[in-house]
Amino acid sequence: MGSDTKDSSALLPSSKRRNVLMAGAALAGASALGFPTFVFGQVDKIKIGHLTPLTGFLGALGEYAVMGIRMAAEEINAAGGVMGRQLDVMSEDSVNPQVASSKAQRMIERDNVVLLMGEINSASALTISQVAARNKKLFLSIGARSDALRGKDCNRYTFHVDIPVTVMVNAVGQALVRDNMVKDKKIYSLTADYLFGHDLSRQAKKFFAANGGNQIGDELVATDVTDFSPYLLKIRQAKPDLVATNLAGNQVTNFVKQYAEFGLPYPVVGFNLNTADAWAAGEGNLGGIWPTVWHHDLQTPGSKAFVAAFTKKYNKVPENHAWIEYVSLKILAQAMNATKSTDTEKLIAYFESEAQFDILKARKAYFRSWDHQLMQEAFPFTVKPKGQAKGKYDFLKFGEAVPAANQPLELLAPTKAESLCKM
Amino acid sequence: MEFVFLLEQVVNGLVLGGYYLLLALGLSLIFSFGGIVNLAHGAFYALGAYVSLEVMKHVGFGPSIFITPLLVGLLGILFERYLLRRFYTADPILSLLVTFALAMVAEQFIRMVWGAAPLASNMPEVFKGRTMLGEFMFSKYRLFILGVVTIVMVGIWLLLHKTAFGRVVRAGAQRPDMVAALGIRLQPYMTAVVVLGVATAALGGVMFGPIAVVHPAMGTEIMTVAFVVVVIGGLGSFWGVVLAALLVGVVRGITIHFQPAAGEASMYVLMFLVLIFRPRGLLGERIERFE
Repeated sequence: MGSDTKDSSALLPSSKRRNVLMAGAALAGASALGFPTFVFGQVDKIKIGHLTPLTGFLGALGEYAVMGIRMAAEEINAAGGVMGRQLDVMSEDSVNPQVASSKAQRMIERDNVVLLMGEINSASALTISQVAARNKKLFLSIGARSDALRGKDCNRYTFHVDIPVTVMVNAVGQALVRDNMVKDKKIYSLTADYLFGHDLSRQAKKFFAANGGNQIGDELVATDVTDFSPYLLKIRQAKPDLVATNLAGNQVTNFVKQYAEFGLPYPVVGFNLNTADAWAAGEGNLGGIWPTVWHHDLQTPGSKAFVAAFTKKYNKVPENHAWIEYVSLKILAQAMNATKSTDTEKLIAYFESEAQFDILKARKAYFRSWDHQLMQEAFPFTVKPKGQAKGKYDFLKFGEAVPAANQPLELLAPTKAESLCKM
Repeated sequence: MEFVFLLEQVVNGLVLGGYYLLLALGLSLIFSFGGIVNLAHGAFYALGAYVSLEVMKHVGFGPSIFITPLLVGLLGILFERYLLRRFYTADPILSLLVTFALAMVAEQFIRMVWGAAPLASNMPEVFKGRTMLGEFMFSKYRLFILGVVTIVMVGIWLLLHKTAFGRVVRAGAQRPDMVAALGIRLQPYMTAVVVLGVATAALGGVMFGPIAVVHPAMGTEIMTVAFVVVVIGGLGSFWGVVLAALLVGVVRGITIHFQPAAGEASMYVLMFLVLIFRPRGLLGERIERFE
């Protein structure tokens, strides 16, 4: 062994070693700061502050988010920008609600961004939305789904792009009721222990109660749990008819994999699963019904073109967070072009006019004026029978859009009477 | 019946504790022998998971259990030879900073090579599903993990207690100056200890990949638990770490049985209690140079 180490020292003289180390450190530093931004750029650029988790249990989704918004910014800038000005999107890791809040404040005060956008974590979206309201700046909350954000915590400076928890519960719930899996059934739930999970759990319980389901258990699970085996033993003890999960991010993947590992017989469904997390679970581990806001299999001309361009650019299939960030920047560009302004009040007025946006789905979307929620189609998905998948991104089977083409878009969303939102 | 359920959690906790042990033992060995708190230990665990994904593509799951720890162990030689070796006699804060930095570099390296999105790692079909022993339910795969951990632990114990190599390592941990005075150069032993520690961490990554998600931050996640185990077990004691790892697994299981939301907090409460009533750890030896 002694001679081995001598050999490797001869291969790596000390000066070179230092260079390698320094290069490594510089690379790590650069990527920790997020993608390069051009803060020294000309004054006429439109600066946009973009925060999203790039580390932690939602980090993988955040990476897709950055890829999506970057692609939109490049397309818009290549086509001449907005009102002849280039868009300059500063993407940073929002880390946690506290850091997200201080970064948002810094972006407004020091970097002079005209508005904020992004986020996936509902708790971070809440703190950013408070900063935005205090500073009277627009915040386009893109990937956060908690009902509270557009309910009791709503404010007139924040607009919400992703589908809210109520829509996710209703989209899957309808399918469950149709398959006779709710009425008089024993339902056991696991819930992510933070704002979003609690919201999801509340809506799910409401839905089950309204449809005759019998909730026999609902346990909170910390967001950093990777081993679910003790929870699986509890599920086995409870002998439910249905396991309904309110988990988030990596949690869902870990749970699904370990559920398959233990091979429990009870059907599993869930009210939240992003396609990236589903892919990570792998074929053969996932089953049940889940909701999504968009999927790469959607056969509209816009979606097909987006998937092709994204796959060409990044050499991977876009996930729903890549799509939503992409269309969000396009929505914003449309609003700026239409109002010929980056002024907060004018943009709010434009969004509140319920203007229509092409979001690459069959039906156009619009923001509801009273709670600032984007109204759009959602999709339930299941898993293809074994052996039908063509490749590791292909084992999910996407259902028809809900609400159906002949139903109003607001059908699954919370009604004004239910909502606690007062602007 | 209630008692059976509780017992089931205890047994399951023991299995989980065995897996914590793979990480904690290396951490404890490197600290006891070299006086270095290796914050980069989790990085080798993550590398183990990622490297095994590549190895599995070519030779399948079985051989990757052997090949991956070997490959990562080779990295351990470089790690010891070019980084750690400079800090054995230096201010401990320096090695802390260096290994902390290395952990971050490694995480970003993984992000650059394999991407931030979690990767799927599947276990062989034979291990899927459960097996029943009377009233108890076990995951077949976890029983397999338990078997591997037991073999590795017996191997390490024999190595440390029944060989000349082990005698030097144990003596070196207590009185390095005395060992040096006997004309034994400790450096090659240190290399071996680091390789052993790093390879067992990598084995942990190989084994846990198919159960959990393989993602860049997995090393950071596991480090907290590994540290808690080392602190509870006490330094320099093989059995201390074993006992602590099993205890942490069992306490977590029992807590989740009664109060699921408190599951993750339970091990910190346990550490807190141990630190108050037995600051040296459960079976910690008194090591002069650290006091």
